Order: sequence, then C-alpha cells, then structure tokens
Amino acid sequence: MSAAATGPLAGGLARGRAARRVDAAGWGFTALSGFAALLIVAMVAVIMGNIVWFGWRAVTWDFLVKAPAEGMTAGGIFPAIFGTAALVVLMVVALVPFGVGAAIYLHEYARPEAWFTRAVRFSVNNLAGVPSIVFGLFGLGFFIQFVGRGMDRALGLDVVWGQPSLMWAALTLALLNLPVVIVTTEEALRTVGHDQREASLALGATRWQTIRNVLLPQAMPGILTGAILSVSRGAGEVAPIMFTGAAYFLPYLPASPTDQFMELGYHVFVLATQSPDVDQTRPLLYGTVLVLLLLTFALNLTAILLRARLRARLAGRS
Amino acid sequence: MRGGRFILYAAGLAAALALSHWGCAQRERALTIKGSDTMVILGQRWAETYMKEHPGALVQVTGGGSGTGIAALINGTTDICQSSRPLKDDEKRQLTEKFGGPGHETIVAMDGIALYAHQDNPVSEMTLDQVKAVYTGAITNWKDLGGPDAPVVVYSRENNSGTYEYFKDHVLGGADFAAGVQTLPGTAAVVNAVAQEPRALGYGGAAYAKGVKEIAIRRDASSPAVLPSLETVRSGEYPIARNLFYYTRRAPEGAAKAFIDWALSEAGQAIVTEVGYYPVR
Amino acid sequence: MSGVPNTIAGDRSTALARRGRRRWTEAFVSVVLRLCAFTAVAGLLLIMVFVFREALPILTDPEIQREASIAKFFATPLWQPVGDVPKYGLAPLLVGTLKVVMVAMLFAVPIGVLAAIFASEFAPPGAREALKPAIEILAGIPSVVLGFFALIVMASWLQGLTGSVSRLNALNAGIALALGVIPTIFTVCEDALRAVPRSYREASLALGASRWQTAWNVTLPAAAAGVAAGVLLGLARAVGETMIVLMASGNAALVSASPLDSVRTLSASIAAELAEVVFGSAHYSVLFFLGAILFVTTFVINVAAGLFVERLRRRLAGA
Repeated sequence: MSAAATGPLAGGLARGRAARRVDAAGWGFTALSGFAALLIVAMVAVIMGNIVWFGWRAVTWDFLVKAPAEGMTAGGIFPAIFGTAALVVLMVVALVPFGVGAAIYLHEYARPEAWFTRAVRFSVNNLAGVPSIVFGLFGLGFFIQFVGRGMDRALGLDVVWGQPSLMWAALTLALLNLPVVIVTTEEALRTVGHDQREASLALGATRWQTIRNVLLPQAMPGILTGAILSVSRGAGEVAPIMFTGAAYFLPYLPASPTDQFMELGYHVFVLATQSPDVDQTRPLLYGTVLVLLLLTFALNLTAILLRARLRARLAGRS
Repeated sequence: MRGGRFILYAAGLAAALALSHWGCAQRERALTIKGSDTMVILGQRWAETYMKEHPGALVQVTGGGSGTGIAALINGTTDICQSSRPLKDDEKRQLTEKFGGPGHETIVAMDGIALYAHQDNPVSEMTLDQVKAVYTGAITNWKDLGGPDAPVVVYSRENNSGTYEYFKDHVLGGADFAAGVQTLPGTAAVVNAVAQEPRALGYGGAAYAKGVKEIAIRRDASSPAVLPSLETVRSGEYPIARNLFYYTRRAPEGAAKAFIDWALSEAGQAIVTEVGYYPVR
Repeated sequence: MSGVPNTIAGDRSTALARRGRRRWTEAFVSVVLRLCAFTAVAGLLLIMVFVFREALPILTDPEIQREASIAKFFATPLWQPVGDVPKYGLAPLLVGTLKVVMVAMLFAVPIGVLAAIFASEFAPPGAREALKPAIEILAGIPSVVLGFFALIVMASWLQGLTGSVSRLNALNAGIALALGVIPTIFTVCEDALRAVPRSYREASLALGASRWQTAWNVTLPAAAAGVAAGVLLGLARAVGETMIVLMASGNAALVSASPLDSVRTLSASIAAELAEVVFGSAHYSVLFFLGAILFVTTFVINVAAGLFVERLRRRLAGA
C-alpha cells in the first residue's frame, strides 16, 4: 500500500478512498430512510398488537348481538353496530348518485377550461381538506338549524326535524365523502378505453346511451371502490356526527330517519372518556375498538383489491 | 356485468331491510333525559329499572354535562334536563322568553362533591381554602398541604359540566381556575386520571370514587374534617354538598311526570343509594 | 336495438318521435349531471356561508359583542367561556394548536418523507411489500382509535419516559397526530417521487453518482413541489384534526412553551363545548368563529398545496 501511496496511481487510489468515505454518508442516509420506514411498520405493529391483545377476548358472539347493560360495564354493542350500519346505508344512498353523476359530468361533458369545470374541480379538491369538526358545525348550523327548523316551521311541527338525527348525520357524512366518490369514479371511467366509447357512438348510440350501457357497467368496480371507501371513512369519523345525531345510550334501535343512533366510533369516544367505571369498561372499550377496526379494514381491503383490479386493467390496456 | 348485478342485489337488500324497519316505527316516542354527566349513571339505572317495571315505556338518557342538558332544554331537544347545578338567572330568562315560564325544578337526589387523591397519597385532609388555593393556582406543591415535596397535578371537569360550575361558584367563590388545570370530559375520566397519578388531585361526584382516596374536608381551620356520607351530606356538615335536579320546561305531565314520580318513590330512591348518591327523603 | 334510425317507410312518424324523445332525454340527462357536479360547488359554498353566518354576530351584533368581540379575544389570556364573566381569550387556543401541530410535523415530516424516499429509491422489493400495507393500515385507522390509543396506552409510556407532570400533554397528542398525518405525507411524496421520469435517475447514475447521491441531488429536487404539497396537506390535516387532540391533549387552556404541558386546541374546544351552547348565544357564535378560523387556515394551506401540485405536474410534463 505504502509503495503505491505515491506514484502514478496515487490520485486514483485517493479518489477511491474519498469515494468510500462519501459512501459512508450515503449509507447513513439510506439507513436513516430505512429506519424511518421501519419505525412506521413498528408503530403500526405495536398499535395493532396492543388492540388485538387486549380486545380479542371481548369480541364474543354475545358482544356483537346484545345491547349494553349495567351502565356500559357489561353487555354488547349491537345497537352501535346497527346504528353505524343504518348511518352508512343512508349516507351511501344520498352520496353515490350525486358523486357518480358529478364524475360522469366531469369525464364526459365538461370542457376543461370552462369556469364551471374549474369551479367543480376546485370544490372537490378543497372539500376534501375541510376539517371534520367544521363539517360537524355545518351539519348543526345548516342541516339542523336552518333546514330542519325550517321544515318544522313549514309543517307546523314542534321539534321533529330540527334536532340531531340519522338523516342529518348521514347527509353531513355524505358531503364529507363526496370527493372520495367523485375521484374514484372518475378514475374508473378513465379506465374504460376510448375505443369502446367511440365504437358505441359510431353505431349511433347517444351520449347517455353510451354512458348507461357501455361506460357505467365497466366502471362499476371503481364506483364500488369509491362507495366502499366512503363507507369506511363514514364509519370512522366521529366529529361530524357528535352533534348531528350520535347518542350515548338509547334503549331502542333507530327506526326512522328522525331518530338518533348509537355508533361505533362515538361509542369508543364515550367509553374512553366518560364511562362510569373505567376498569370494568376497559375490555368492552378494547372490544369495540377491535370491532371498529376490523370493519374499516375489511372495507378498505375490499376497496384496495377492487382498485388493483382496475389498475391492472388500465395497465393492460396501455 | 357481475359487479352491476351485485350492486342491485345489495341495494335491494338494504332497501328491504330499511322498509321492514320503517313498518315497525309505530312505537312510543321515547322520553328524553339529557345533561349532567354526574347524574347519567343514576339516570341510566333509573331508566333501565323503570323500563323493566313498565314494559312499553321508553326512556333515553344521555350525558354531556349539565350545561348540555340545560341548553337542550332551552333548545327544545329534550324533555327532562338532569342538572347537578341550579339554573342561572340568565337561563331562567331564556326559558321564560321561549316557553313562558322559568322551568320547573325537582330535586331528585343529593350529592357530595368529593376531592379525589391517589390511594398512596399521605395527605388525607384539606380545608376549603386550601382546595380553593390549589385550584386557583395559589398552592402548587403538596408540601404546602402537609404532604411530600411534589407538584400538584390538578384535574377538573370541562366547562359544560354542572360539577365544574358548582365547584367554581361554591368552592372557588367565582374565581377562575388556574390555567394549568387539566380538564377531562367526564367524572370517570377524572377518577381514572387520579388513580394513575400519585401527585394528582381531582373532584367529582362521591358516587364515582372507586380506586381513589377521598379527602376529608374542613369547612375552616377549626372545623372537623368530614368525608362525604349520607349523614354529613344531609345535615350539611360536609361543606361541598349539593342537590341534583331534574328540570322540565313546565310542570311535569304525562310520561315525564310518571317517571319523575317513580324516581322519587321508595323504589327509585333505593336505586339512588345503590348508585352512591344520597336520597332526598 | 338502440339508436338505429328506422327509415322503413311507414314507420317514419315513430322514428321521428323516438328521435325527439331521445333528444329530450339527452338534454334532461345533461342537466341532471350538471346539477350533480354542482353539489360539490354548492357544498363548499354552503359550508362557507353557514359557518361564517353563525360566526358573524361577533363582528356585527353589539349585544353579542358585549360578551365576545375581536378585541376581547386578545384582551384576556384566559379561556373560560362558562362563568359569571365569560372570558374568551384566544391566545391559549392558538398557542395550543400551534404547539401540537409543530410537535406532530416535527415527527411526521422527517419520518414520512424519508420513508417515501426509501420506498421509491432504495427499498428492496421485500421491504416495499411490508411498507405499503403498513401505510394502508395506518391510513385506515380512524382518528378516534388513534386518540384512544394515545389516551389509554401511549400517555402512560410517555409519562414514564419523560417524567412529565401532565399525563396528557402536547407531546402525547402531537405524536398521535403525527401517526394520523404520516400516511398523507408518505403517499403524496411517494407519488411525486415515482412521477420523476426514470431518465433522470438513469442519467445521474450513468454519470457515476451513487444511488443516494441521485436521490438527494436529482430525484428529490425534481419532486420538490410534490413533496412540498404532501407536507402542506399533512399540515392542513394536523391543524384540523379533532378527535386525537380532544382525547389526548389534556384540554387545558394554557399558554406555555413546554411540550410536556397540557394544551387546548381550537378544534378540541369546539368539540368539547358545542354540545352545551344555547343556539344564538355569544358562546355559540364564538365556537363558529373558531370553526371559521380553522376553515380559512386549512383552506389556504390546501390551495397552496394545490398550486404546488400544479407546478410539479407542469415541470415533469415538460421533461
């Protein structure tokens, strides 16, 4: 080595050594980024592990089908599951037609530079960023106070529509999830090749006939994806429904859109912060969290698989 | 296409479920009781037992704090408001404006606000003035209370709580809480926090005091230190005793009257003792 | 058989009628779809109108202003809206929100951006298969569950680690908030990095740069606008998040510099106090005012993020 430290190859060797030194910094950077990734995986594992560990024993069949009893220290969470289901069903019914319709408009009819198109795109992007508590305020200030009270006054009722209920909570959540459905549906429409559209039009079909018979059926997986994602988000968001309809303990199941309802996410919140006997309710709390997580994950997984299928089709085409 | 048919079936199923339920919407409108978090366990027990004894009756109890219940009473979204503090003049005025009367008050139980400390905390007595000093920030260390040299971790309820208001009015004399006091949304949360934190001090309904130690309170330096109990609360010896109320917009009638009358009966008041509060009679 | 005009003599009138019906259907459908698209615009407009409308009395109604006004917001350092003399000092809420958001971004930005770089530049395929699902799971965890975890589990750990006086504090809420925000930052950054054309990387590597040098000096700067957008979107989410801070931050309206102190944020105040306000009261208007502040802040951040995304798209489309 020392003989070669001077001489014609010295510069190259020195450069090589310098390169190896620089490599150390490179390794450091790579390692740091790898560590960040590892940290994320570890944190997710810890959280999920903790919840599953403490919660799996609580999730029995009884837990899923019975109502809470003894001041929330015993019993099950069936009303919360039912309430969540009722809520998201109403939400989807309100949401999907408008979301799909808007996506079709953007894909088929909208001229990219028209002010209306730009307004719609701008609204979709920014609606997605509005904080969920502001949606809660909106639900209270608009749906309950303005529309609900207005309906009561117009129909000469005392207080029927002007109070928190399934309907207003579902509509608030529908607005919250509108961007999700619009974006996923548009993505799905884009995967249907232009050749299909053009063939249909060439055969003399009108625009609407093309949409109804060619585009929509093929975009169905994407529309489903959007609906499922919106359901998953709807089941998990608590802030928008805290003041628009969720209740802590109801002795009955909601039977009409003007009823209040129990809900899984809200139940988690109340059990964690306001339960009368924290030690006794802890297993139920973990159980409820686990059920909520299982529900959202099952939904998300289905949506992801559907989306992968869509993307595969798009990749296959291009 | 398979996906489309699946959607059709799912939608049909959902619609069928919905419709089948709409049919049985012919049930009684539930009696709603909203408000005090302190009283919600009592209210729920009452509701459970009442509904068992009177099949067909429906009573729905939610918490949220006395302020929530009073607001709901004024807003018209509840039948009965359960409150752990009396109505303020301003609230009575709003009720009169909207409904023609300042609301109807019924005392349904009594309660002592206990001061909670950790089980291992050596301090077991405080004077009212010391309690006030801790909560307004004048005393910040347990050594000024006869305990170890450690900062006091102070817990309170959120400001929508009747317990919070009662405490502010009667113990703090209307003074503001110190800014560093941590607020929790329910008495159970306060108890939970105190049970886990050796340096903590919290307050709430005596019925919730499980797993923590109650501090005996002296009215002033020369009075005896008293723990909340049936006798001391009834007699007024325990300085932080209060009434628990049910408020209705007008004199109770119909389902509300039946329920309140039952709550004041022997059966109802027996439940009060079971839950940990003190009966009115 | 749809759409084929039937011109066989004798069916002329039916054909014309069918064409007329179709034209009417087309027009009808076009209007309906336009209305559907309009709901997005209407929704955003209505939110703005109604939140601002209920907050307006702070600026216009003298009776409300006796209790709460812009001047009063800054006249007192205390937030005690319930009492004989209600005090609506905004300072503790603003400081609280800022503290929690800063702690959250301090954790989320390095972790999110570095992990995204790892996933798109360095990761062996096995690692990427582990990372993507982890991020999807994290993204799918509702914020109420993150708040629950922070309240019940993480707070005790952190207290053991830091010995802080308050079990629920800005650090606890900040870390939980970071968990909620990391998926957003990661996803947007990773998309941006992936959008950088391979030619950039290949050219750099061909010139002798190592992988990390390429990532740091070529790919990252090229995707910079996207990374900025990701960070901004994460920031907006952090500012607006409610359940996590409501459950994990202690909710004490305190002005202090230490992250180990309890904080009260704008969003948590709204959530905690909205249930108990009488509609039309000063407190009610104040809470809507807080909502308006949140809305405007997140709106501005989101618009900025949108501009960055546009810039990224234009820049990479040119290559």
